Amino acid sequence: MSTTVRVVLPAHLRNLARVQGEVKVDVEGDVTQAAVLDALESKFPVLIGTIRDGVTKKRRAFVRFFACKQDLSHESPDAALPAEVVAGAEPFMVVGAMAGG
Amino acid sequence: MTGVRVLVGTRKGAFILTSDGKRQDWEVSGPHFGGWEIYHVAGSPADPNRVYASQSGGWFGQVLQRSDDGGKSWAPVGNQFVYDGEAGTHQWYDGTQRPWEFTRVWHLEPSLTDPDKVYAGVQDAALFLSNDGGNTWQEQPGLRNHDTGPSWQPGAGGLCLHTILLDPVDPARMTVAISAAGVLRTDDGAKTWKRINRGLKSGELPDPDADTGHCVHKLAMHPSRPQTVFMQKHWDVMRSDDGGDNWYEISGDLPTDFGFVIDVHAHEPETVYVIPIKSDYEHYVPDGKLRVFRSRTGGNEWEPLSNGLPQSDCYVDVLRDALAVDSLDSCGVYFGTTGGQVYASADGGDTWNAIVRDLPAVLSVEVQTLP
Repeated sequence: MSTTVRVVLPAHLRNLARVQGEVKVDVEGDVTQAAVLDALESKFPVLIGTIRDGVTKKRRAFVRFFACKQDLSHESPDAALPAEVVAGAEPFMVVGAMAGG
Repeated sequence: MTGVRVLVGTRKGAFILTSDGKRQDWEVSGPHFGGWEIYHVAGSPADPNRVYASQSGGWFGQVLQRSDDGGKSWAPVGNQFVYDGEAGTHQWYDGTQRPWEFTRVWHLEPSLTDPDKVYAGVQDAALFLSNDGGNTWQEQPGLRNHDTGPSWQPGAGGLCLHTILLDPVDPARMTVAISAAGVLRTDDGAKTWKRINRGLKSGELPDPDADTGHCVHKLAMHPSRPQTVFMQKHWDVMRSDDGGDNWYEISGDLPTDFGFVIDVHAHEPETVYVIPIKSDYEHYVPDGKLRVFRSRTGGNEWEPLSNGLPQSDCYVDVLRDALAVDSLDSCGVYFGTTGGQVYASADGGDTWNAIVRDLPAVLSVEVQTLP
């Protein structure tokens, strides 16, 4: 059974994926950060390597993951995402970190 | 010949400047990939409609773009640059060993004959090859696995492979430059490499004559004379007449021999262009004057070219990939500055005009001469 998760991408990645607004991905099994990113990269292969390293799957240094007004960037990629994200009430947000002056 | 297409990479996007053979009126297209650092944009010599662009940034890493219509439209291609086997280590700034780690593509060098074949020089220094139009990339590991690899150390810009010279006569021969490792050449299609740094002297090294560690900024070669290679080193302008086996200095009467760019006139193999920069600490042109220096004698005797260029209060830099020539009958010369100007000369450097003045800092300039 799959869960539909709402994902908000930063403008640069929306342009790259050629989408507007939120995107929705279907996640199989437990809804974790890694599972959402797997589903996102499966739906939009052009995003492989832009949010996390293409080989190690490590989050890029200047990318953050937010949901429900919490910074989930430093949580385990395999930790469950908040229930509101699973229920579709809140989006999982991929954010470019404050950097650049 | 009907015109030229100037491919400009900047800190915040790519721009394409096109003109007819007169090179007086220009159409400016861009920014493409606005907000991203575009280290290099390069067209295929075999198919001018095929253009590759290296798009990167601190936030979202490396993307490679390809156009099949001369830059009108673009599509992302492969961005997986995975070192072959054990990545190993190289020397870090503090003298410790650090694992090789991919950061970005500095330079793209399309094949002279096959539009789908393109080399990429990357940071940390390695050579990658795509045979399918950029969709997939394979490291050519013989270079990084050279015996001296663990002693390579980054220059100020990182440990980058920034120059790839393809030999137009011998397809198995290729020469690359790495900051700060020096120059290496393969004669067997990238399987094995040898250092070719004899004659280089760098006061920043404990042994100025060392075989490894020189900060070579750029190489240039005229296609009719692949044995003759010109070099702008950190300091010193150099020349080799034996494919890089031996180098000698040709800085001659330049006001300073520090700089980044060097290139060769399209029809005069002994006419060479450099843009001197004041020093390694002062990355701007000397005396507030933007001048290209031209040698018609293969070096040593240089003349300043300044007609149309700012001659007061100018303190821009010209980065290593930001000078190029076209191959029209009167050779065009082009360069871009960190101040965002792209200058063009349609008469071999005698007179200059700014095509654009207010782009983001220019990282690279390439020219396609259109049939």
